[in-house]
Amino acid sequence: MPTLFDFSDYDRLIPLVTNSLIAGALLALVGGLIGVFVITRQLAFAVHGVSELSFAGAAVFLLFGLDVVLGSIVGSITAAIIIGTLGARVQERNSLVAVLMPFGLGIGILALSLYPGRAANKFGLLTGQIVTVDDPQVTWLIAISVSVLIAIAVFWRPLVFASLDSSVAVARGVKVDLIGWLFMILLGLVVAAAVQIIGALLVLSLLVTPAAAALRLSSSQFWVPVMSIGIAMISVVGGILLALGGGLPISPYVTTISFLFYLVARILTSKRFGIIGAGGRK
Amino acid sequence: MTLLKTTDASLSFGTRAIWDKLSFAVEKGEFIALIGANGTGKSTLLKAIIGVQGLDSGSIELEDGASISYIPQHRTEDSATPLKVKDLVRLGLDGHKPGLPLPTLAAKEKVTAALSSVQALELANESIGNLSGGEMQRVRVAQAMIGSPDLILADEPLSNLDLNQQLVVSELFEQQRKKTGAAVLFVTHDVNPIIDYVDKVLYLAPGGYRMGTTEEVMQSEVLSELYGADIDVVRNQGRIVVIGTHDHAHHPGEDWV
Ligand SMILES: Nc1ncnc2c1ncn2[C@@H]1O[C@H](COP(=O)(O)OP(=O)(O)OP(=O)(O)O)[C@@H](O)[C@H]1O
Ligand SMILES: [Mg+2]
Repeated sequence: MPTLFDFSDYDRLIPLVTNSLIAGALLALVGGLIGVFVITRQLAFAVHGVSELSFAGAAVFLLFGLDVVLGSIVGSITAAIIIGTLGARVQERNSLVAVLMPFGLGIGILALSLYPGRAANKFGLLTGQIVTVDDPQVTWLIAISVSVLIAIAVFWRPLVFASLDSSVAVARGVKVDLIGWLFMILLGLVVAAAVQIIGALLVLSLLVTPAAAALRLSSSQFWVPVMSIGIAMISVVGGILLALGGGLPISPYVTTISFLFYLVARILTSKRFGIIGAGGRK
Repeated sequence: MTLLKTTDASLSFGTRAIWDKLSFAVEKGEFIALIGANGTGKSTLLKAIIGVQGLDSGSIELEDGASISYIPQHRTEDSATPLKVKDLVRLGLDGHKPGLPLPTLAAKEKVTAALSSVQALELANESIGNLSGGEMQRVRVAQAMIGSPDLILADEPLSNLDLNQQLVVSELFEQQRKKTGAAVLFVTHDVNPIIDYVDKVLYLAPGGYRMGTTEEVMQSEVLSELYGADIDVVRNQGRIVVIGTHDHAHHPGEDWV
């Protein structure tokens, strides 16, 4: 059995994972940020559907020898557009996601079963990689992160307005539907990036858990995104560093760290043991 | 000058007609009370004006470039929103513009002034989830007025307010109208708190509507005809009391003299 934590060869290993650390930090930045909107727009479950179709796209592209990240993007944007178009109401959206999810998983598993390559790489798309992120992947991740960050900065105010106070925003002239579409596409891009690192099944730990913890602690427009990004950053970078020695996938470390943050946030804000008042959500 | 013109607007949900051939105009700077029993389509009319509710036929035209602020009818699900009071009010100022909400001095001063005007300055840093119903209503009023819109659509802005606050908030709408020339379309079940400010009343009833000055519309004969039931409008020291409106069944073919 491999050991869970092993720091013996650290000085030799760190240079090998520079790419992973860069990719992870970028992903934490956009994931933690977009997660805040995922929750306020009630899209937590939809993220799961998008990531499963992203997995399907990646697996199909892998089977046909095409670029895996591109396949991931094609899959997640398709899902994002379907959910954005047909799932305007929360209830409709939930059943739509529940229908899309197993369909995407099924297609993906079929493509992986037909793929002749090594099995260890195959399931990385579902449950996350062992720390190796190659150069073309890092280029993709940088491109995605930078475009998403710019788009969110440009649309910040109308996005917040549309997400939190939709009918008042419509009256003020905000194109709420257009913003909703744009957001789904950004979400699709971030999900595709996250699938490469922590795997389709665990994307929620990066896109929902940090933001959920932050929203328990504060309702400040400044501190919620900052805390969410911080928690995502510690989870991903910490997860990579911890996973390094053991040669295990990084995802269990990432999911555990972000879960612990959420747990602590809940305990701190709970009625009985709480030492600080809850944020927006009571 | 006409700010908003509604021509033969009709809407039904399934077989239920909400309004049929509704036509009226709102002039610049006019204060209009929108009155009617529960379910007569007051909220739906405001939603149709902002464009989140379509029409079956007819049209609603807004003057080019006119800006609207909207105060939605109070709902309890608002309380889950993770936002501070000052940020909600700030959205009314520049939430529709691109970019980040940078903490500029000018914006801060405007938010402070808007919150002071509704006596809610001490709530600035509170999460909106922690507000009482009446506090939330006052914050909504501040949010609607901070952007100096041409038209304010207010859906029962006096609900949840005690009598004193009803008068304070009503007067704010009047002051805003005087200061900025905004027109006001004000949904209420009681005309009295705004009776001194109102130019016209738009009265919706299940079978039709009537628009005119308060004197013209708030009459026993007019409302009786509108409801097809016996309604008494009593005037006392400048106040108007309507007796017999709510839950009065409409009997087709029944004669009232
Ligand atoms: N999207 C919808 N689908 C079906 N029916 C609707 C819809 N929106 C409103 N209605 C119905 O239209 C009627 C008018 O609703 P509306 O909210 O406009 O009433 P209101 O005059 O504002 O009443 P209240 O005084 O209770 O606020 C109600 O019977 C309501 O159930
Ligand atoms: Mg209503």
